[in-house]
Amino acid sequence: MTSLRGRTAAVTLGVAAAVVALLAVASLAVGAATLDWGAVLTDPEQLRLVTVSRIPRTAAVILAGAAMAVAGLIMQALTRNRYVAPTTAGTIDAAGLGVLVAVLLFAGASVMAKIGIALVFAFAGTALFLLLVERLRLREMIMVPLLGLVLGGIFRATTEMIAYRANLTQTVQVWMNGDFSGVIEGRYETLWLAGAAAAAAYLMAHHLTAAGMGREIATSVGLPYRATLAAGLGVASFATAVVVVTVGAIPFLGLIVPNVVTLLVGDNLRRALPVTALGGAALVLACDLIGRLVIHPYEIPVSSVVGVLGAGVLLALILRKGNRFARA
Amino acid sequence: MITLDSLTKSYDDHLVVDGVSLELPSAGVTSIIGPNGAGKSTLLSMVSRLLGVDAGTVDLDGLDVHRAPSREVARRLAILRQDSHTPARITVRELVELGRHPHSKGRLTPACHAAVDAALARCDLADLDRRGLHELSGGQRQRAYVAMVLAQDTRYLLLDEPLNSLDLVHATALMQLLRTLSDEHGTSVVLVLHDINYASVHSDRIIAMRDGRVVRDGTPEEVITEEALSDVYGAPFRVHHLDGDRIAAYYR
Repeated sequence: MTSLRGRTAAVTLGVAAAVVALLAVASLAVGAATLDWGAVLTDPEQLRLVTVSRIPRTAAVILAGAAMAVAGLIMQALTRNRYVAPTTAGTIDAAGLGVLVAVLLFAGASVMAKIGIALVFAFAGTALFLLLVERLRLREMIMVPLLGLVLGGIFRATTEMIAYRANLTQTVQVWMNGDFSGVIEGRYETLWLAGAAAAAAYLMAHHLTAAGMGREIATSVGLPYRATLAAGLGVASFATAVVVVTVGAIPFLGLIVPNVVTLLVGDNLRRALPVTALGGAALVLACDLIGRLVIHPYEIPVSSVVGVLGAGVLLALILRKGNRFARA
Repeated sequence: MITLDSLTKSYDDHLVVDGVSLELPSAGVTSIIGPNGAGKSTLLSMVSRLLGVDAGTVDLDGLDVHRAPSREVARRLAILRQDSHTPARITVRELVELGRHPHSKGRLTPACHAAVDAALARCDLADLDRRGLHELSGGQRQRAYVAMVLAQDTRYLLLDEPLNSLDLVHATALMQLLRTLSDEHGTSVVLVLHDINYASVHSDRIIAMRDGRVVRDGTPEEVITEEALSDVYGAPFRVHHLDGDRIAAYYR
């Protein structure tokens, strides 16, 4: 098998970029209102439709998809476990709890304040997950995400209990279910921060790859292991917090996209990261389009579509013949 | 010179390394031998700062190994542990390039590429450099890890049971490679070895440990003797002279 060659990676990157471009154009074209491409430059109404609704939505989908997939890739590399992602390490649920706390304690908190508090919670939740994993005696491949799921369940239950008492159950539902239907100009721009986080991860890619080789090798080549771990998980937590606050949680993404991508181009993050970002963007673009088209002119939330599709892809990955999930 | 001063480590109540003071030379091949549980690997891990010490210090040419910046240490000392295998799908070349991290922080210079190529060639991996680690046999993978620490280009090279997954031919080739490295580049090679005959044939100095302490320390002539080995391992040994080497027999 020669799938790790640079050329494969270049081809994969090119294909992924082309797919994202095509889906982006489709995303611009599809919506409740009819868009007449020929009239965009002449008709101010049509232009407004594009700049206020369609471009923000498409950009939001691309940014959120890319950021969540990259967050998953980072977490898998650093924990050396292919099952670990924001969904399975408690990161998303901790971020959700953070948003609720922000809303309760600081009524009328700005979006940036919410992101800040969600970030603190997401990071603390993920750090707690890692501490627990270190204490795990039986560190089997599957035990690690299982622990994360339990931890996430505790965060979610706490969130729901507090939300129930404060009459905020519906509000919480909104954050925990990613949906782009509310995205218009002025209500998505924070997602560029998630995009920036993904870019920062690319700059750190070499260090993250080295840290992914494990503490001993990382230390041997003089890498500050703990600091790199904290920085990587910080970036992943930040991306997750921004996405949860702005459009809501998108499940599975951080799990399946990095797994498919590393299968194709290997685990060197400098190579895998751009493809993962594009793959995440493409998947969410496709799911968002499906959500917008199946009951047009109404919509299904993107998280539901990703959930259905993601479960299928994950099953296929697990049941694939000779798959690496079977190995511990 | 690496100076170990009263290094101590215990796990729970069990003392694994018991106040070891030693000087590891700045040249030559030094082997550490001893029965299982003697504390050899723990000692090597402490010397290379992979493991914290309970007490004692390690001085590496004036650098306190446990306090100095890790990267500073990594330019002078490389360590390969026996169980460093990773599930990561990276190529042999990418692994070996990691060895250049202390010099380049990931931005490889022409000198780095030259060092990587040289390390690959030395380990007989030049043709496999684009292969994924996960596609290699156990022995090839072990050689790839050795190439990584060679590429690090350090004065001191510490290896914990490097022969473990190698067949006879590759084990001998690796020992010859380490011997050459020491003779031609002046690298100080320190290894933990299970096979006392490899230690006997290729070392300048042999340190024997038992129960967390150094019980013998000297040239192969001094340590590979029936009396000394029986004392170290608590079992009978015969030592034969074969073509100028001292070969210990313990099979019957």
